[in-house]
Amino acid sequence: MLKKKNGAVVYKIDLCSKPDDILVKNGRVIDPQNNIDEIRHILVSDGKIKAVSKTVPDTAPQTKIIDAKDKWIVPGLMDMHVHLREPGREDKETIATGTNAAVAGGFTSVACMPNTNPVLDEESKIRYVIQRAENCPCRIYPIGAITKGLDGEELAPMGEMVKAGAKAVSDDGKSVSHSNVMRNALNYSKSFNIPVICHCEDSDLSRDGHINEGIYSTRMGIRGIPSIAEEITISRDILLAEYTGARIHIAHVSTAGSVRLIREAKKRGVKVTAETCPHYFSLIDEDVGLYDTNKKMNPPLRNRKDREAIIEGLVDGTIDVIASDHAPHVPEEKDVELDAAAFGVIGLETSLAVVITYLVDQKHLSLVDIVNKMSIIPCKILGVPGGNLSEGSSADITIIDPDSVWTVNPENFFSKSRNTAFDKMELKGSAFCTIFEGRIVFRREI
Amino acid sequence: MGLQIQHLLGLENVSKEDISLILDTADSFYEILQREIKVVPTLRGKTVVNLFYENSTRTRISFELAEKRLSAAALNFSASTSSVKKGESLRDTIRNIEAMKIDMVVVRHSSAGVPWFLTQCTDAVIVNAGDGLHEHPTQALLDMMTIRRKMRKLQGLKVAIIGDIFHSRVARSNAWGMTTMGMDVVLCGPPTLLPQHTESFGVPVTDNLNEALEGADVIMLLRMQLERQASGTFPSIREYRDRYGLDLEKLSLIKKDAIIMHPGPINRGIELASDVADSSRSVILEQVTCGVAIRMAVLYLLGGGENA
Repeated sequence: MLKKKNGAVVYKIDLCSKPDDILVKNGRVIDPQNNIDEIRHILVSDGKIKAVSKTVPDTAPQTKIIDAKDKWIVPGLMDMHVHLREPGREDKETIATGTNAAVAGGFTSVACMPNTNPVLDEESKIRYVIQRAENCPCRIYPIGAITKGLDGEELAPMGEMVKAGAKAVSDDGKSVSHSNVMRNALNYSKSFNIPVICHCEDSDLSRDGHINEGIYSTRMGIRGIPSIAEEITISRDILLAEYTGARIHIAHVSTAGSVRLIREAKKRGVKVTAETCPHYFSLIDEDVGLYDTNKKMNPPLRNRKDREAIIEGLVDGTIDVIASDHAPHVPEEKDVELDAAAFGVIGLETSLAVVITYLVDQKHLSLVDIVNKMSIIPCKILGVPGGNLSEGSSADITIIDPDSVWTVNPENFFSKSRNTAFDKMELKGSAFCTIFEGRIVFRREI
Repeated sequence: MGLQIQHLLGLENVSKEDISLILDTADSFYEILQREIKVVPTLRGKTVVNLFYENSTRTRISFELAEKRLSAAALNFSASTSSVKKGESLRDTIRNIEAMKIDMVVVRHSSAGVPWFLTQCTDAVIVNAGDGLHEHPTQALLDMMTIRRKMRKLQGLKVAIIGDIFHSRVARSNAWGMTTMGMDVVLCGPPTLLPQHTESFGVPVTDNLNEALEGADVIMLLRMQLERQASGTFPSIREYRDRYGLDLEKLSLIKKDAIIMHPGPINRGIELASDVADSSRSVILEQVTCGVAIRMAVLYLLGGGENA
């Protein structure tokens, strides 16, 4: 049991013991795949969802009862873009601490990026991550590298990695700069029906940039990363996907132009899906303020119009998924001058609250939309089970307290790192309880 | 009455009163610099560290002279001789220097925001001597001082700043400071060396030299960094000189009493023809003299020294 001072508890799972019998009663169940959005009672037994009933079912004396009155009960959430830093940078995050952060944020599954050290670019390394994940409180789907060592030159053995359990490939952190290598990767990926996740950045245009190129960067004298650096590569990858017929997923979309390109591509029938991150619909470049390194990430926070376009893209379905791009860094990489600071922010423990505060409360998205973008669609993109509360399916359940108002304090995070862009901000909504394979893995005890 | 600011990080948010006070104080120091004995005891007992992470000859010498003439103890720290090469963080460096009990830090660094960052690490007074592409406030102050001494006013004067605007902290500080003082600034350079977002400075921006020169009372040429050509922002020195360099021919187009300025060091024959640089309209060396007076004024006013 790992407790934090704010009353949040992550429970260590004991694989030898039988999962509990659990009754989650009186909660508002939102299960779009089964067309349910009403008060129901969920009975969990043997790791599976046994019943989702309108009346309170009879329970055995040992059944753990969770009163979910005024709470939302949704299929276990998935964050399909996280950096767990293991192997290689266990000082920033480990698979253990990262998954603790995940369940504390309401996620029952995460997909982790391959830019570790060594890079996840072959079968044995994918197996290593899966083995390390065995005793963790949520599912981990590793993503393999597109190219060996992320060097953009030679394809990594996609088939072996998929056989070992990789659910997608990506060189996240940089683009595959050679168009022909990317073309081959897309063509080759078709044999395995996996998505190629594209980090879209023309490094020739973004080089030396630290924040969004715009009025703010010009005033502050900081070299900028122009929106076209992202959009040019999105255009290329869309064209390559169209030409090869392969399936691509665009990571961390941040600009209005990107949303427009993806919208047009979808209209033409290109097999493209897209994700954005909570910071792109809640913050803008001016929020970097006086050189706040915890608001430095790649792609950078954009301008007001971009933020509006991201929200529009979420509303009209152009953007399919919300993922955190959880990127832990040690303080010595952030407590420095802006130019020297590492790119990236953590997000697993704030994602849900930022979504509720900026999208649900502002009436941009419905709860059904949220379940779609944070559970159903990511599961579909990666081709993994989940995204529903059907009877008989694995009991991966997220219980959300939509009304709790809290102030972000990184000291309370389960993540090993503290580099959040939302420090000291007041947010609404939090994970109340997370159930993974029928076990309570996280609970807020206040 | 002292300054409203506690540090001099830039001119973007400095009031007209503060700028005027610095200029007035610098004028008194200017008179002292004409005396045989140029040293005053106003900062006796204070220690000033010149923390230079970027090469600089004239700015550092100017600050050092200002410190010595105020009787402060001056200490030079430059990146090449320090533990920077051993990988010490900026925060650790400044905390170590602070632990030796210092009062003020004059800092130059290639990253924008470093002077502000230092205010978060130490209680010492911070003076920005140039941070990345951001600001170089003492340069803009000495420019305004020079103009005011020559033209007897600032309000209403038109200033054309010509050159590599995008990479220039001098242009930024002057655009803000001069606007605050009621001057009309126009920024001019090839489109590749202007900011993409031209509205950023709140002053007109043009790539047309004649437009910029028209009616200008002050013409300020910026140093053309020769490495910019290698990075592909303009095709050749010759073409730059032809389009934006100030020579006698172009000089004939401007107001008869307009003055020529340059923050130095000059690339003779590139942005400024030799005969223009050495002409009676050039105030470039006067800028250097004013630089010492301005830095004395800034250090004196921020350092809380005794009356001059």
